[in-house]
Amino acid sequence: MGDKATLIVESGDFDKIYSAFIIGNGALSMGMDVSMYFTFWGLERLKKDNLDKGPLSKMNFLGLGKLFMKWKMKKANVRSLENMLQDYVELGGKIFACDMTMEIMGIEKEDLRDEVITEYCAVGTYIKEARESEMTLYI
Amino acid sequence: MSEEIKVNCLGENCPVPLVETRKALRKAEKGDVLVVTGDHSASKKEIPMAVEAMDLELISVEEKDDYWEIRIRK
Repeated sequence: MGDKATLIVESGDFDKIYSAFIIGNGALSMGMDVSMYFTFWGLERLKKDNLDKGPLSKMNFLGLGKLFMKWKMKKANVRSLENMLQDYVELGGKIFACDMTMEIMGIEKEDLRDEVITEYCAVGTYIKEARESEMTLYI
Repeated sequence: MSEEIKVNCLGENCPVPLVETRKALRKAEKGDVLVVTGDHSASKKEIPMAVEAMDLELISVEEKDDYWEIRIRK
């Protein structure tokens, strides 16, 4: 067993993307290796200029709930998602993009933020890494 | 010659103090001392956990008036 965390990010919801990056960055900060697999709605968030565009998973109220949440987060000085992603990459976190999602949803490589993506892959790569991980999460 | 590196996390929230500590540790040389200051209370407990997990030396954890200061040797 390696000292590794592997996360599947299936949700594209604003709050869940936050959860994924907070956990990912926390694990990296505590000395673990981290891999995140972005699939389905999660992968949508890796499109250019799309990272913080997801709705709240609950009480979104056509975006009003999210605005309120963003205001509360700003007051609490919570780091932006974009900065969390930059921290994640700086600390050596790996990002994998699911190639089947790309095919189903008609997402091309040039639509995605290629500079932060470590590899385009399928389920086998995830299983290989998850098998070596002490911690796996599905978000 | 080992250096003293300051990491100011005053006013920062979860997980920033932990992340900034890790970033600074990655850049530091062996023997350097990190002085992390902050006022996010959970981080005061969690930074020492990270130090232990990474097998580094926790020199001290001090509570000041309205902030804490943690010293770590890489």
